[in-house]
Amino acid sequence: MTEAAVSPAPKARATARRPDSIRLLLNNSLATGGFFILVTMALVALAAPFLPLADPDVTAPANRLMPPFSPDHFLGTDALGRDILSRIVWGTRVSLAVGLSATVIAAFFGSLIGLVAGYAAGRVDSVLMRGIDMIMAFPYILLALAIVAVLGPGLLNALYAIAVVNIPFFARSIRGITLGLSRREFVDAARLSGKSNAQILFIEVLPNVLPVIIITMSTTIGWMILETAGLSFLGLGAQPPQADLGSMLGEGRKILFTAPHVSVVPGLMILVLVMSINLFGDGVRDVLDPRLKSGVLTRPVARTTVDRKDASSGLKPRADAILDVQDLRTEFHLGGTVYKAAGGVDLHLAQGECLGVVGESGSGKSVSAMSIMGLVPSPPGRIVGGAAFLGNEDLFSASDERIRQLRGADVSHVFQDPLSTLHPLFTIGDQLTEAILAHRQVSGSEAMKIAEDLLNLVRIPNPSERLKVYPHELSGGMRQRICIAMALANDARVMIADEPTTALDVTVQAQILSLMNTLRHERDAAILFITHDFGVVSAICDRVAVMYAGKVVETGATQEILNSPAHPYTAKLIDCVPVLGEPERRLDAIEGRPPMVNNLPQGCAFADRCPKAQADCRAAPIPVTEFAEGRSVRCLHPVKEGEHV
Amino acid sequence: MSEPALLTIDRAERVFGGGRTIFGMPKPAVHAVQDVSLEVRKGETLGVVGESGCGKSTLARLIVGLDRPTGGSITLDGRDIVQDADKNPRKLARKVQYVFQDPVSSLNPRKTVRTILTAPLIHLIGLNRQGQERRLEELMEAVNLTPEFLDRYPHEISGGQAQRIGIARALAADPEVIVLDEPVSALDVSVQAQVLNILDDLKTRFGLTYVFISHDLSVVESVSDRVAVMYFGRIAEIGPAREVFRNPNHPYTHLLLQSAPAPGRRSLVPEDANTELPDPYNPPPGCAFFARCPNATGRCGESRPALEAKSGEATHLAACYHPHGGKEE
Repeated sequence: MTEAAVSPAPKARATARRPDSIRLLLNNSLATGGFFILVTMALVALAAPFLPLADPDVTAPANRLMPPFSPDHFLGTDALGRDILSRIVWGTRVSLAVGLSATVIAAFFGSLIGLVAGYAAGRVDSVLMRGIDMIMAFPYILLALAIVAVLGPGLLNALYAIAVVNIPFFARSIRGITLGLSRREFVDAARLSGKSNAQILFIEVLPNVLPVIIITMSTTIGWMILETAGLSFLGLGAQPPQADLGSMLGEGRKILFTAPHVSVVPGLMILVLVMSINLFGDGVRDVLDPRLKSGVLTRPVARTTVDRKDASSGLKPRADAILDVQDLRTEFHLGGTVYKAAGGVDLHLAQGECLGVVGESGSGKSVSAMSIMGLVPSPPGRIVGGAAFLGNEDLFSASDERIRQLRGADVSHVFQDPLSTLHPLFTIGDQLTEAILAHRQVSGSEAMKIAEDLLNLVRIPNPSERLKVYPHELSGGMRQRICIAMALANDARVMIADEPTTALDVTVQAQILSLMNTLRHERDAAILFITHDFGVVSAICDRVAVMYAGKVVETGATQEILNSPAHPYTAKLIDCVPVLGEPERRLDAIEGRPPMVNNLPQGCAFADRCPKAQADCRAAPIPVTEFAEGRSVRCLHPVKEGEHV
Repeated sequence: MSEPALLTIDRAERVFGGGRTIFGMPKPAVHAVQDVSLEVRKGETLGVVGESGCGKSTLARLIVGLDRPTGGSITLDGRDIVQDADKNPRKLARKVQYVFQDPVSSLNPRKTVRTILTAPLIHLIGLNRQGQERRLEELMEAVNLTPEFLDRYPHEISGGQAQRIGIARALAADPEVIVLDEPVSALDVSVQAQVLNILDDLKTRFGLTYVFISHDLSVVESVSDRVAVMYFGRIAEIGPAREVFRNPNHPYTHLLLQSAPAPGRRSLVPEDANTELPDPYNPPPGCAFFARCPNATGRCGESRPALEAKSGEATHLAACYHPHGGKEE
């Protein structure tokens, strides 16, 4: 899609546009709020010795239990007459220090265990993780209590206890990540570069795990502070007279009804502190987690937003076409950049015809096909112009309900990877009948019967048995046959097949191609066949449309295009593929790379790579010229027959 | 066989799983590579073709020492690779290198290209800083990239450029053999041609020996001197590339060639033939291709044919009782 849209030449350094983590964090107002509260509290706590505060530990029985806002005691005093404000500030200092150091200790040991276990795997992993399981098998507070009971009460011992109790959280999540990373190819590559296991673990793997460690830390500190407070509350943490938020709360408990402020104030303080840390921690996680960054949280709507600015009402469908896409423009708005993935695409399909859409990744072929039924994710995608006519009906102005009726019925899809298109937890029969029942008023048993017929149709032996199996029990070729059966379940008029054989082995691919070819003749269905392979195109397509940088650059009958390509790009694309039986052929590589679709040139997008380019190619947009029956090209200086580029 | 073999694989075998549970029940085992014997001579390109699950990637990992065979031996210039991989992996890595299929995931996302390329220079050949700089420049020039790419991160470069970095890394320690595991299958066709041309160029410039693994027959045909066709963990056919592609002996090779899409050719394959591989946990006693083979007879289902010369050429071997277009036994 847009992944090929990385900078073409080292003109503009990509580093300059690397998303700034701090700016991303500041965009999140909750996290920013948490951050500022946390920083303020931390600064105040750090500055405690220099602030004009009363001594937190000096008792003054005469001033006991003064209410808040008393002179000299802004937050009142406790049962021993100590200044609550001063104790809160000093107590926060203690709580933050304990929470932070416990987190660091737990993170260090937990991550170390996780890294070693995940990287070494096998027996080492089993031993380490069973140890971790044993720690986790105890209720954590009981374990902490036991540790404190053995070591004796005291703040430092409480800190150890809490750190130990939290080691499993780190060890388990880090182990999982490390396990996945150690099987990645870059680890093998590092090994072949001569790095030792320790070097691989700490130089190659650790940097990739670090964000997860930081995320886990940021979400654990708040929890640690709560646990410290809990132990202190029980009298096992900070010992009198030392102030700590938990022990203050514990002291205030006895006089909760006579002097509520003694316990409410530290309670509120814990609440604000932990809330601010958690909000900030969530913000940090959102910034560092690559999955969240790529927009998992923004849920696309059910149909691509249509926002046509120009008057596309003037467009009229062709008389002989069953599907007619005219001047389709689909854009992606990401950040401040607009990616024109489809920049005025014209495609049409006659009844029973197979049109091949050929192009490299990033040429806009999939986006154009997905736009037809509104399957481009919105946000960020939107259709900004053109029309797609199914018969006489403009699909872009149809209602959502109408589109829902048409999807999977009149227009169906077959995708590249059948394993990810089929639901792993439902049987083939369930999924086929679901496709049938979504569009037809039939009973369940009738639908099952139709499903069986469909499996027969796609030449799956023993269909009644196969209906009961799950997708993982079938081979890749069988799964793709199921997908084709599903696409044909409701007598589709148009089948949109997006690289349906790319993931398959050659022998299987050949069979799927002949199956699709037979079925379209039997069913008189038109196929929009997206591929990057001219060999596949020859096997099944009647006509071909070649796409480059979001536009169709050439169309015509398959054989004619293969024999005498008119656009220099088509010619070069055909020349750069090795052909079976012609091993002597020197591969004529196309130098350079396609332009980014967020920065398209004014004129021809291929001009920079084209041997025939002249000044006029770059001056203005190139119109499409029809130079023969059914042949058109978007080029000012097309390749003549017999000419070599 | 004028030149002596540089790399010799003798009856290599790799079994995954196996062994027994603590109750003594046998655990299921999969033979990923079985009884594979072949030789690669200095300066030649051996293509290894086969479909997914045929064991070609496992074979590749055995050659570079990323995995150990469970049987047989692999020798490079008379030295045992398996022993080297255990005792002295750096020495092995100086001689045999590997180019991965997925160019982007074979580069550590958190390292710059410079760090990635410097690692083999430090760990394998111990160059000093000045030497590293000079070698980096040479490498970037060899794979036709400007030095500016050295300071980029993997996500800032395209797939084709990333694969060239992968090739540069393999070249860094000046190896004798490079194993290329589907080096172009993740690339766009126009980029694929660029990378193939670079590989071709490097081979002549540095006198390299390639083991080129791919599922794409036309790519293998265009780069290989000799070809080995693998099916279900074994070699089905091996011989000079020209000979194997023009005159396939094994019916499987013939089927592969028939199935490969080629511009200007309509498919010739029946749409409902059996494409299932045999159950790897329960391999058939005879030829693994038996169930799919048009020439199969009872004998094929009972005993396994040996890899022998079938067409008169001593260098062209096939494991088949009823070779395609050849004489019957």
